[in-house]
Amino acid sequence: MLYALLGGFGVAALAAWLHRLTGRHSGWILALWPATLLLYFLSFLPDINSGTVLFFYDWIPSLQIRLSFRIDGLSLLFALLISGIGLFIVAYAGRYLEGHRDLGRFYVILLAFMSSMLGVVLADNLIALFVFWELTSITSYLLIGFNHEDASARRSALQGLFVTVGGGLALMTGLILLGQVGGSYELTELLDNGDAIRQHALYTPILLLIVLGAFTKSAQFPFHFWLPNAMAAPTPVSAYLHSATMVKAGVYLLARLHPALGGTELWSALLGTAGAVTLFIGIWLAVRSTGIKKMLAYSTVMALGTLTLLIGIGSEQALAAAMAFLLAHSLYKGALFMIAGIIDHETGSKDLRDTGGLFRAMPVTAVVAGVAALSLAGVLPMFGFVAKELLFESVLDDPRTWLLAMVVAGAVMTVAVAALIGILPWYGQPVATKKIPHEAPPALLAGPVVLATLGLLGGLFAPWVDQHLLAAATSAVAGTPVNPDLALWHGINPALGLSLFSLIAGLLLYRWHDGFRTATAFTDTLAKRGPERGYDWLMAALVRIAETQTRFFQSGYLRYYLMITLLTSMSLVWLVIGMKGDGLRLHLDLRDVQFHEAVLIFTLMAGAITAARTTSRLGAVAALGAVGFTVALLYVMFSAPDLGITQVLVETLTVILLVLVLFRLPGFLKLSSTALRVRDAIVAASVGVTMTALVLFALDARLYDSISHWHIAESLPSGYGRNMVNVILVDFRALDTLGEIFVLALAAIGVLAMIRLRAEDKRHE
Amino acid sequence: MNNPRQHQSLILRVTGYFLLPLLILFSLFMLLRGHNEPGGGFIGGLVAAAAIVLYMIFSDVKAARRLVAVDPRDLLGWGLAIAILSGLPGLFLGQPFMTSQWMELDVPMFGMLKVGTPLLFDIGVYLVVIGTVLTILLTLAEAED
Repeated sequence: MLYALLGGFGVAALAAWLHRLTGRHSGWILALWPATLLLYFLSFLPDINSGTVLFFYDWIPSLQIRLSFRIDGLSLLFALLISGIGLFIVAYAGRYLEGHRDLGRFYVILLAFMSSMLGVVLADNLIALFVFWELTSITSYLLIGFNHEDASARRSALQGLFVTVGGGLALMTGLILLGQVGGSYELTELLDNGDAIRQHALYTPILLLIVLGAFTKSAQFPFHFWLPNAMAAPTPVSAYLHSATMVKAGVYLLARLHPALGGTELWSALLGTAGAVTLFIGIWLAVRSTGIKKMLAYSTVMALGTLTLLIGIGSEQALAAAMAFLLAHSLYKGALFMIAGIIDHETGSKDLRDTGGLFRAMPVTAVVAGVAALSLAGVLPMFGFVAKELLFESVLDDPRTWLLAMVVAGAVMTVAVAALIGILPWYGQPVATKKIPHEAPPALLAGPVVLATLGLLGGLFAPWVDQHLLAAATSAVAGTPVNPDLALWHGINPALGLSLFSLIAGLLLYRWHDGFRTATAFTDTLAKRGPERGYDWLMAALVRIAETQTRFFQSGYLRYYLMITLLTSMSLVWLVIGMKGDGLRLHLDLRDVQFHEAVLIFTLMAGAITAARTTSRLGAVAALGAVGFTVALLYVMFSAPDLGITQVLVETLTVILLVLVLFRLPGFLKLSSTALRVRDAIVAASVGVTMTALVLFALDARLYDSISHWHIAESLPSGYGRNMVNVILVDFRALDTLGEIFVLALAAIGVLAMIRLRAEDKRHE
Repeated sequence: MNNPRQHQSLILRVTGYFLLPLLILFSLFMLLRGHNEPGGGFIGGLVAAAAIVLYMIFSDVKAARRLVAVDPRDLLGWGLAIAILSGLPGLFLGQPFMTSQWMELDVPMFGMLKVGTPLLFDIGVYLVVIGTVLTILLTLAEAED
């Protein structure tokens, strides 16, 4: 199991190299990995009705973070979709982006995404789930921005990232709260603990935070705007991430947590409303658009809204409808997106108005598009029909009639969209296209053909699909065993009536869709004031705030940086002492001071004062050197030879450094006025007093036993060294040292960059 | 130091040539004894860097770069890599990252010698320190021209 998941990252790491090795057919070669995964997950299918399979691997045991995975109906349904569609997408991408110079990189990200997405749906541990969740956001960002030379693609990528990761932040908080309230981070335990969680005082914030995360990811209103923009990605990405898999992660999470969080009024109101509004707005915008991918993207928003709505309703029938709809949608939308890519690839057209009469040139594609569009419209005997019937039945049972109105209106427009995609490009007068159209190669056709056929077979053998997969999935969402009894024919009932009505009304809408589009043009102005404006405003505000505070803090003068740092730390120290410093005493006892120590101290102070007052730069360097060497002497006297040696060496090198830069500095001028110097003196003196006071307080107050005893005792037996300082540096606290040497290396690179860049600037002048 | 040949001290140059190998040896000595006596990778690295800087002062920057043979920036990378590497063996034994591992070697004439990952780590520190000091100082010295 672990290999199935993390192996994907390994394959991703090798993908670019494999691509270079295998050249033209790399898509098929790399598709072997998802194919293997598909077979692996299919092997769970026969036993899926007998219960959940769990896998455990320790990750960070001290934080209760485990790599634990579960396979039940829901996660298996998703895993099959991810690996199955992934198989065709990888093969498709190999041909679609053939000859693209970054195809290798594309594979890397795509395969990494696939593994992350599998991680999301298989994880049993909340934290692991969240990590994979964020990985999908990041890989999605990289894929949307794949054409990184295109400014609008970059903008869309960033928008998608901000929206989903912003929601992810809320999600993380929600998941941690959930883990705290539920007493475990394992889904297995949380899902059995639903009653306790729902009655907890923190239930509402938990629900709101998690729902926020799910809504941003699954593009629910008012966060729907990032999804259509994400269509800047190459088509295989749109087909895979932004319709079949990633955007369903939010829906998955809601479905997954339904037994723990669902069933309350808040749940139903929140999800029902958001789902219905998203559904309606999504399909409205879909009918109104003419770009093929835009239209499909908006209809995906509609589908996501429908799924949220169904999970919000939460009856057994609604959950069964959600699972059926999810499966149907992934099949036909994956196929339709890939067909949109084919049209783009073979004709160069991205807009419905630029296409027509393509049937003659590409009959197979046209037929496949027709089959997929029938499933989208929900026509007998497609699987989409089964899902639509269930949808109507569940909404009919819900007391909220306005939901029904929304859903029916949505269904009508969905039929119109299906007709637009299934009929318009293929029949009627041929339109001159940029490229001469011809039939797509097998790598491009394989995905749509298989997915569309599955959509047809699923409808014909609906009871089989039900028994072998969807019943288990629905039971996992419901939390109790459910038998939804899917069938193609439900008899003559109100749902069938609604289905017929939507079909006829939808076709009428298709007939007059140009008129409809002109008649509803006024909504465009409305859409311009939509949530995307809010996003833009927020981003602009963020940049403004960043600018203001950068201008305030980053003056570019070292003296101000120093002053801000010193004054801030000083005030914080005094604040804490003032608040919690009861009973602190200054441990001022000068009786033990030896004569030679006093001499050293006076040398030190004289050096410091000279350095500050001298008018010669060399004098200042020498005075500072005196201070440094005196400190080194102090170290030696207080038996810290390591520190002493280090101090001496650092002083030596500092002097050399100063000598190197000395004559490059401008003449030693008295730049600051007396008032400024007085101010600096006051700052310096108060910082000195603060530090001294802090040390003296610390001497007196010992809250815990000193750790030195442990170090002294353990240095030789566990660290095998007599030099305690060194044992601490390289063994007991080696991680700190590792951090420090990283800082050292970075500082060196910083200096290098600064000097080199300046030198280059000069050369250009 | 625009033209180092003009104002260099004969005494510095002669003693410098003799001091250089001694200082490098001393830095290695500091590095190796560090676990039991004052010393260690940090101090050793500083001594070695100081030795090379001394060489730079009595000859010139180019000669110093030739002496080091590798770019000091590479030393940064190698040092960090070695330091991280020294933390890995613990992981393979199922312990947290950076858990030290020791083994005793029976070296002829020296008796039992304890070798462990902390030594490797210290070598990493040693290299990073040399790399940092030399990167900064050599770049600064070069920038004069």
